[in-house]
Parts: sequence; C-alpha cells; structure tokens
Amino acid sequence: MADTGQSDRKERSNGVIVGTCLAFVVGMVGMAYAAVPLYDMFCRVTGYNGTTQRVEQESDLILDEKVKVTFDANVAAGLPWEFAPVQRDIDVRIGETVQITYRARNLASTPTTGQATFNVTPMAAGAYFNKVQCFCFTETTLQPGEEMEMPVVFFVDPEIVKTVETKGIKTLTLSYTFYPREPSKPVAQVKSRTENKL
Amino acid sequence: MAGTAVHHDQRHDHSDHGHAEHAHKPLTFFQRWFLSTNHKDIGTLYLIFAIIAGIIGGTLSVFMRAELQEPGIQIFHGLAQMVYGFEGDAAIDGGKHMFNVFTTAHALIMIFFMVMPALIGGFANWMVPIMIGAPDMAFPRMNNISFWLIVPAFLLVLLSMFVEGPAGAYGAGGGWTIYPPFSTSGMPGPAMDLAILGLHIAGASSILGAINFITTILNMRAPGMTLHKMPLFAWSVLITAFLLLLSLPVLAGAITMLLTDRNFGTTFFSPEGGGDPILFQHLFWFFGHPEVYILILPGFGIVSHIISTFSRKPIFGYLGMAYAMVAIGAVGFIVWAHHMYTVGMSLQTQRYFVFATMVIAVPTGVKIFSWIATMWGGSIRFSTPMVWAIGFIFLFTVGGVTGVQLANAGLDRALHDTYYVVAHFHYVLSLGAVFAIFAAWYYWFPKMTGYMYSEFLGKLHFWVMFVGVNLIFFPQHFLGLAGMPRRYIDYPDAFAGWNMVSSYGSYIAAVGVLIFLYCVAEAFAKKRVAGDNPWGEGANTLEWQLSSPPPFHQWEQLPRIK
Repeated sequence: MADTGQSDRKERSNGVIVGTCLAFVVGMVGMAYAAVPLYDMFCRVTGYNGTTQRVEQESDLILDEKVKVTFDANVAAGLPWEFAPVQRDIDVRIGETVQITYRARNLASTPTTGQATFNVTPMAAGAYFNKVQCFCFTETTLQPGEEMEMPVVFFVDPEIVKTVETKGIKTLTLSYTFYPREPSKPVAQVKSRTENKL
Repeated sequence: MAGTAVHHDQRHDHSDHGHAEHAHKPLTFFQRWFLSTNHKDIGTLYLIFAIIAGIIGGTLSVFMRAELQEPGIQIFHGLAQMVYGFEGDAAIDGGKHMFNVFTTAHALIMIFFMVMPALIGGFANWMVPIMIGAPDMAFPRMNNISFWLIVPAFLLVLLSMFVEGPAGAYGAGGGWTIYPPFSTSGMPGPAMDLAILGLHIAGASSILGAINFITTILNMRAPGMTLHKMPLFAWSVLITAFLLLLSLPVLAGAITMLLTDRNFGTTFFSPEGGGDPILFQHLFWFFGHPEVYILILPGFGIVSHIISTFSRKPIFGYLGMAYAMVAIGAVGFIVWAHHMYTVGMSLQTQRYFVFATMVIAVPTGVKIFSWIATMWGGSIRFSTPMVWAIGFIFLFTVGGVTGVQLANAGLDRALHDTYYVVAHFHYVLSLGAVFAIFAAWYYWFPKMTGYMYSEFLGKLHFWVMFVGVNLIFFPQHFLGLAGMPRRYIDYPDAFAGWNMVSSYGSYIAAVGVLIFLYCVAEAFAKKRVAGDNPWGEGANTLEWQLSSPPPFHQWEQLPRIK
C-alpha cells in the first residue's frame, strides 16, 4: 500500500510541515523582538505606564478647574549629582501652560553626563500630561561643580476631565530620574562583592 | 472516539513481524539507550528522566516545607553552611537567599524537567504513534536530539544552584518568572546565566519535539484515521505541540534579551537606556500562560481515555472535547496580563483580561461535565488509574474555581503574590497535572512493561498522595486569604498553625512518592504478566490491540480504521 509515489508525497509534505513550523518559530522570535519598539511606540501613543506626551502646541482651551501637580526627582546610582525641583508643587488650571524648574548640580570633580527618564502617576494620567519643553528630551552635561536650572513647560490636557478613569484625579506627580549617560558595564562582569551588597 | 477496530489477522501479523525484527537486529545496551531512535525507548528514557527530576524537585520542596513548618529560620542557615560553607551571620543571609534559590529551582525543575518530559516526551512519545497507527515518530533522530538536549539543560539548571548569583550568595533566586531588574542588575554572578542557558536548551528541545509531534500527527495517521476519529490524547498532544511552537520562541526571545542586558550592555529592560522592565513581564507571560496549558492539556487527553475505559463507555461529546481543548489553547494566548494586574494597567485593559480569562472556564467546564457525563450510567470500575483520574477531576476543579476567583482584577489586587495563588496553581498543576501523570502511569504501565503492578500498592499510593497534597495545599488558601506573601523564608507567628499542617502534608506526600517507587520495583520483581489488554472492553484505542510490551517496531502493516 505504501508505493513509491505515496512515500514521495509524504516526504515532501513532511518537509512542508517542518518548514512551516520553523517559520512559526522564527516568526515568534521576531515578534518577541518586534515587541520592543512596538511596546515603546504603544506607550508613547497611549500614555500607557504613565508615559507623558510630547507636544509642540499649547492648549487653546483652559478650564476653571484646578489640579495639583507635585514634582519628584531621583538620581540613579553612579551619577554624582544633586537633583531636585525648585518648587515642591503647584496648582494649575487644567489646560494652562506653565513653566517650572528643576535644579541639578554636579558634585564630581569631572564633567558628567546624565539623561533623565520620566513618568507621571497616576499612570492613567500619562496620556493627558503634555510637555512642550523638557530637559529630558536631550542629554545634559555638567562641568565639575556646575549648577544648572532646567525648565519644564507643560500643560494638563483638558480631555482629562472627560475620561472616566481620570476625571476624579486631583493630584498628578511628575517624576524624573537621572541616569548616567555612559552605559554602565554589563552587570554580569561586575566582580566586586562590596559594590553590590545584598 | 475512533472506532479503531483492526482486522484481527493483521494484528497478529504485526507482533510476528516485531519479533522477527528483534531477532535479526540485536542492539547493544549503548546502541539501544544512547543512540536510540525508537519512540518507545526514547519515551522510556524521558519517563526515567522525569522520575529522577521529580524526585529532586520534590526534595527541594520538602526542604522548603520543613523550613516553613515553624516561624523563624530552622534549617536553611545550616544548609547554607553545609553546601556553600558560610559561617555565622553570613549563613543566615546565605540561607535566606538559598530558600529563594530552592523555590526557583523547584519551579523550573517541576515545570520543564518533570511535567513536560513526563507528559510530552514520555507518554506522548510512547503512545501517540501507536494510537494513530504510525510505526514511529516522523523524525526519529530528531526525537533522540530532543531527549539528549533536555539532560544538559537540567544539569545547567542544577549547576546554577552552586555558583554565585547575587553578590555574596549562590544560585538564581528570582523565582521561575525571572523578572528584571533582579535577574539583571540584582544577580551579577553566573548563576542566572546558567539558568537562562538551561532554559534556552530545554526550550530548543521542546520546540524540536513539538515539530516532531505536529508532523507525525498530521502526516502519519493510519489509513481511515481522520482527525475527527483521532483519540483525544493525540488531539491534546497536537494542540500542546502548537502551543509550544508559538509560545516557547517568545520565551527564548525574552531570555535572550535578559542575557544581552546582563552581558553585552543592551538595555531592553533597564529604564536608563530607554527600556522597560514591565515589557519583560508581558513577554514572559505571553509564554507563561500558554505554558500552563501545555502542562495540563496532555493530562486532559489522558484522563478522557481513562474515564472512558473504566466506565466502559465511549467518551461523552468527543468532538466537543477535542474542540474545547482547541478553544482553551487559542484563548490561552490572549489572557496573559491577568498575571500582572498590579503593574498599573488601565481599567479597560484589566476589564478585558478579566473577561477573557473567565471565558476559559467555559471550554474547561465543557470538559469537566463531559467527563462526568461519560461516567454517568457507565459500568464503572474503580481500578487504580480510574481513582487517579477521578482525583484529577476533583482537584483540578478546585484549582479551576480558585482560578476564576483570581481572574477578577479587584480580588487579585488583594491576593496577588500570596499563598492563595500558590494554592491555586498547585491545585491545577501539582495536583492536577501530577495526578494525570500518575493516572497515565498506572493506565499504561502494563502496556509499556508487560507487567501488572499491585493494585493494593497503586491504591495505597493514591490515598497517601491524595491526603498528603490536600493537606499541603488546602491550608495555603487560608494562609493566602490571611495575607501571607509568597517567597519568604519566615512569617509572623499568626500563620504558624496552618503552615505546620501544610508541612506535615508534604511529609505524607513524600511517603507517597516512596510508595510509588516501591510499587514500581515490586511490579518488576513479581513479573505478573499483564496480557495485551488488562482493562477489557472499554480500552479500545489502538495500543491495546498490540502485545504488552508492544513489539520493537509496530504497525509494519498499517491498521485500517473503519
């Protein structure tokens, strides 16, 4: 019953199935890597995970309602900076464009470069936090002992009062963390035990 | 299910052929077991491997339960002293980390080196070709590679327990989910790299196995065996193979990113370079959720056969059963974020994942009720495989009910990372999947070896195990509801009572494992001949038409399915 014709057909179709399976495997690995830029894009577009929005234009609608915006500042290990907001918080009208300032100082005796990352909590509000100008868009180099004032220009999108999840929000927190720009050494090569104590 | 009546004259043909084959081609021990390309021999190797890995993984868990029997730190500082040579206070710190290393290794071993090799590499390798009327797997040499990849993978994971992980401690201790940043900047030592490499190799082994099963099942079914006549175990393995094929590469991608983050300065998961640690959780659970169905689906197939055999009835709603598994597999890919309700997803996203997750209860319910309907009105025999299968249904349903509870984002917020979750997934896996494995073991042991085990010992094994595992995990529901978090070596005194009960349960379950080993040894010692079909009418899939043990090569004359 297994004449040569049939066995030829079988072998061919075995090959086809294996090929298809391997294509799926390669495709899924590709998808995993494609997830990296896609996820980044997704966060920027939707404000997912408290990712703030970058805009060129100011809002033309200003509401009477006010919201409190508090400011938070962190410096990651490995960057010898002092970094803090000049004012702790401000009350802004929703839609009003305001400028606030952060201040950073390099404590090291060498020039150091940092790049800030940022987010907004509650995370759902990220999509409605629009930054017109921010030091976090570029990297910053400070000379030894140099102090720099860093402005952020932002407004809260009036749409925030229309969405179920965000209309009850009375306080937003804008948080920055400065990381050293020179990428640190891969962690697995860090030999010293004292550097990274439990 | 498949009518699977084979012409009698043909079947005798086969066994004769088999013996003839055996006679003119004697293999040395090395040739037979190390260069093996025979699906039954490779299946046997997988089963032996799974038993060894299961004993190691189970021993780790008994150590953890012994530690948690009372508040305070009882044994792990001593263990850290013995194994890693810590002294004084360092032994306490080393012991704390060692507890987490044990948790991690227990999970990885049980998932990748016990349940998967037993169900997919072991029973599926043994039985699927026979059940669909194929002489062997489509790619016998690839089958051999699959097995011999899983062994070094296991050794790598074991080795990772003995090399430096976090600075000043040994082993990878981040849990099986290996979330960054603990798995990247938190563990600079090589332990994490070894574990990742072990997962890579185990993943490659499983992907090769999956391709082999898909090709075998799609191309090598006997004449007349359409997909809709195929036994449910073969269906379950086909679906499992597809899940493996689609989910494992995502894990491979994610852990490769971890590896490059650790060793080559990439920043996929570190915010200073624009990465996001949450992305790893999404990738991991896109693999991780299908993975739990990979662990349980073959068990579904096995239990269907056993319930049908020992009720002497065909399975109720065969097509519904098959497509319920397809539905579970498909929906399993779009529910992953229910493991991550606490990462700050929007309410709408959480609503979707709650709904999608609860939908899975529908096809699962179809299966549970079909099993019960199969038993309904059947002439039921409570033989050992049947009691294991009924135990499976009961325990899996308990775990399924707590699963539906945990699917609710609001409730999960409170129960996330508590012992309630531990109880839930051990009810579906440790009690569900493992009971299915033991059911399959007792169901097919006479077929695979030709010997009958002692019915008394099999039943004793069941009852000791049943009491033991329920004592371990049922109290953990209470502990979780009371707020006891997972993955800590110590706990407040208020949790002491149920923890002690839980620990006693684990000792009873350990005795159950010893009874199992004795039962196997006894069966081989007594050599009670089982006969071709020890289960009588009701056992009507193709494997029961062969001799026990089956000939070295079966179905040289393909069976015709009517």
